[in-house]
Amino acid sequence: MGLESHLGDNILTTTLNTMVNWARKSALWPMPFGLACCAIEMMAAVAPRYDLARFGAEVFRFSPRQSDLMIVAGTLTYKMASVARRIYDQMPEPKWVIAMGACAVSGGVFNTYSVVQGIDQIMPVDVYLPGCPPRPEALIHAIMEIQKKIEKESFVNKT
Amino acid sequence: MDNETIAALIKKSFPEAITGSTIYRNELTIIVKKEHITEIAGFLKENKELDFDFLSDLCGVDRVETDGVFEVVYHLYSIYKKHRVRIKASIAPNDPCISTVTGVWNTANWHERETYDMYGIKFDGHPDLRKILTPDDFEGHPLRKDYPVDGRQPVTLRELYRKDEGKA
Repeated sequence: MGLESHLGDNILTTTLNTMVNWARKSALWPMPFGLACCAIEMMAAVAPRYDLARFGAEVFRFSPRQSDLMIVAGTLTYKMASVARRIYDQMPEPKWVIAMGACAVSGGVFNTYSVVQGIDQIMPVDVYLPGCPPRPEALIHAIMEIQKKIEKESFVNKT
Repeated sequence: MDNETIAALIKKSFPEAITGSTIYRNELTIIVKKEHITEIAGFLKENKELDFDFLSDLCGVDRVETDGVFEVVYHLYSIYKKHRVRIKASIAPNDPCISTVTGVWNTANWHERETYDMYGIKFDGHPDLRKILTPDDFEGHPLRKDYPVDGRQPVTLRELYRKDEGKA
C-alpha cells in the first residue's frame, strides 16, 4: 500500500495492524441484501431482543458505499445475480460477505432453472451460514466469526 | 346465482362453443372452444346477470404428455354477485395461440405475458406480448414439461463474475 509495506513486520506495524483490525471488527457496517425470509431473521437480529449493537454491527447502511459487510440473506435468482454483484462491487475495500441461509449457501431446496446454486458463484464468501432460515443467534455467531477473521488479517498484505 | 343457473345461462347463449362443464366441490368449470374465447369473455363481463367484472387469475397448463394439449384457464369472480366460474380452453401444441382477453379485462395484460413467458402460448391481439419474468437472454419456456427442471442458463455464473479472481 504505502510506507508500511516497506517496513515489514516490526513492533510499529504490528501494533498499528492490531489497532486497525480492532477498529474494523468493532464497527462493522452491514449492507443488508435481503432476498427472502432470511431477511426477517436478519432484521430480528438487529432489533432489541437480539441486539446486534452489542457486537458493534448494528448500523445497517442501505448504501453499499458506506458498508463493509454484505449479508446476502435469501434466495438469489439469476435475474437478481447481476444486481447483487453490482452492489458488491460498489462497496469499498476492505469488505466481507456472509452467505446467510441454505439458499445463499447452495441454492437450498430450489434446485431449479431460476435459482443461483450458491452466491459464491458470483462473489467471494467469507462465512457460510446454514439454516432455513438461521436464527438470529446464528447470524450473530457468523458476524463473530467474521470478527475473528478480521483480527487475523494484515492490512499490509490486504489487497 | 348458483352454479347450475350460471352453467345453463352460458350454455344457452353459446350452444356451439361450449364443449362441456363440470361442478366439483361446488366449483363450476366450463370448457370452451378457443376460437370463441373473446366473445364468451365479453359476454361474461357485460351480461347483467353474470357480471364477472374481476379476472382473478389467468394461467396456462401443460397437458401435452397426457392429453396432447395446452390449456389456458381463466378464473372469474363477480364482486357484486359474489359468484365464481372457471373457464378452460384447450390449445393444440403445434401452434399454441389463442385470442387475447385484454380488451375485456385489462388485468389480463400481464397474466397473458406471464403465460406466454412460461408456456410459449401466444395471445393474438395482445398489445405488448413480451416476456415478463425470465431474464432477457433466457431461451425457452421453463414451465413446459419438456423443459428440464435444472435448465439453468448458463449452468454456472462463476465464469461470468469470478473469472479474474484467484490471484489475490
